[in-house]
Amino acid sequence: MPSLPLVSIRNLNHYFGRGALRRQVLSDINLAIQAGEIVILSGPSGSGKTTLLTLIGGLRSPQEGSLAVLGQELRGATEAQLVDIRRQIGYIFQAHNLLHSLTALQNVQMSVQLHGALVEESDRDRAAAALKAVGLANRLHAYPAQLSGGQKQRVAIARALVCHPRLVLADEPTAALDRKSGRDVVNIMQQLVKEQGCSVLMVTHDHRVLDIADRIVYMEDGQLVKGGSPANHAHAAAEWR
Amino acid sequence: MRSPIPLAWLQLSRERIRFTIALAGIAFAVILMFMQLGFQSALYDSAARFHQSLQGELMLISSRSKSLGYMMPFSRRRLYQVLGISGVRSVSPVYVGFGDWKNPERGTYRTIYVYGFDVGDQAINLPEVNQAADLVKLEQNILFDRASRAEYGAIATNFSQGKPIATELNGKTVKVVGLFTLGPSFGADGNIITSTANFLRLFPNRQLSEVTIGLIQLKANADIAAIQAQIAAILPNDIKVLTHQEFIDFEKQYWQTSTAIGFIFTLGVGMGFIVGTVIVYQILYTDVSSHLAESATLQARGYRNWYLLNVVFQEAIILAVLGYIPGLLLSVCLYELTQKATFLPLAMAFDRALLVLLLSLLMCTVSGAIAMRRLRQADPAEIF
Repeated sequence: MPSLPLVSIRNLNHYFGRGALRRQVLSDINLAIQAGEIVILSGPSGSGKTTLLTLIGGLRSPQEGSLAVLGQELRGATEAQLVDIRRQIGYIFQAHNLLHSLTALQNVQMSVQLHGALVEESDRDRAAAALKAVGLANRLHAYPAQLSGGQKQRVAIARALVCHPRLVLADEPTAALDRKSGRDVVNIMQQLVKEQGCSVLMVTHDHRVLDIADRIVYMEDGQLVKGGSPANHAHAAAEWR
Repeated sequence: MRSPIPLAWLQLSRERIRFTIALAGIAFAVILMFMQLGFQSALYDSAARFHQSLQGELMLISSRSKSLGYMMPFSRRRLYQVLGISGVRSVSPVYVGFGDWKNPERGTYRTIYVYGFDVGDQAINLPEVNQAADLVKLEQNILFDRASRAEYGAIATNFSQGKPIATELNGKTVKVVGLFTLGPSFGADGNIITSTANFLRLFPNRQLSEVTIGLIQLKANADIAAIQAQIAAILPNDIKVLTHQEFIDFEKQYWQTSTAIGFIFTLGVGMGFIVGTVIVYQILYTDVSSHLAESATLQARGYRNWYLLNVVFQEAIILAVLGYIPGLLLSVCLYELTQKATFLPLAMAFDRALLVLLLSLLMCTVSGAIAMRRLRQADPAEIF
């Protein structure tokens, strides 16, 4: 029995501004993300990638077309429904956006405490295990200011994945990192999502990490362009650069 | 086992310098409010200190009297008339006047309160005064308030050292033969007690038959209210009969309503409140602003808006309580220092401590509520 896609987008249009300043940023987007799939969304700056990501994440309300995430139609959804969807999604941001006043462990705990106790473990143990999984077992009590860029991004991954979300949205997670840290981060991400069987939609320009994708979707001027295999795409990316 | 991360506390305490400055600012506002309220009640209390020490369940005064500094005498016959009412044990006439005291060391003059009554008949609740009853019956002998201001001369010090003190009061020679403690008030900075006869010698234009205050001592178990009503019925309208507490309130009320003191101190408390509100607002606004991206991240991850509002609110409460504690302790010390320096009856009262705690909480909640408006600018859609 084929399972429903985690994300199902049909004929989605989105506009910014009003009246004469109204500008279309997404036009006729059709996309489905299946469970367990890693999808990379690539394309030039300003092509609408981030807008699409925030729509899927329930951070903006869809205007036209249909957008269903985890079986919930987001168009016309209430604020409370959007908040519920957000809780079921793991986010990884370009700027790690960790809480500076909290240690790595407390940052991850903040995610755990949002969800009801699913297991017998304490919040703290779950958070510690998640940090161990990203190789930070010895930096549990470090504050963000005491961590390197790569380490901070790994805390962000632990924070996103600690509650085993079925969908992870990542926006340029490697943009601020050097080659090796960026590679480590995507490797950890790939390994963990495969273990947990969740889907990932990652926006990135970074052609060094395109190989982790099962599928690459390419966006230009608010429209999806027919994608290809990772190998093809790496080639294509090199061309337009 | 789930123990939520105390985000409000962690965010505040992580910025140690900012946190300390915030607490110092709130403590300052708390002290400001405590001092204003303390001075206000001390001044009112000091105005009624003489009233407080008088003994008598009921008091007669002229209806035209406004305060101890503005008393109209009334006929002593009115007081003796009261003796006819059953339940009345005794009466004591009290004479009050402003005297001109000459500083025996410097020769400068200063106004002083002079009270004359039959010392020893228990008109006043000051043991030192009653013990000196026989001494003040002698001509020229007076008792001096050791808490009078220093401008009258080092009377208490010299007297304790056994030096004879003779000076001029209203142009007549007087000798200090004893001390008591009352303290300065609004009307004058010092007090003198003497016998009725000596009072009349010092104030030749005052008559024995014209008294300032009539003290009425009742028999044990007498019904004060009933006797008060009975006296009011037999005396003409130009005399007021007050209970002891009403007499104290009469004095305090004069200073509350007829002077700007109440207004000034309420304004002072208001200033402290505003200073505190501005300080807390600054701190919370800065805190909210510097965590705006983090707040948006929390919203994006599914934290509801009220969680973030609650964090700001908790921060406000933490600041209010932690700033209040040092403020209270320092105020108690300052009260003691001030009391020693001024003889003003300053002491921490429970209801005042509670009032300032509530004001401090209100102060922080108000500024928290204003600072929360800044949170609206946290937009989870803008953080990617």
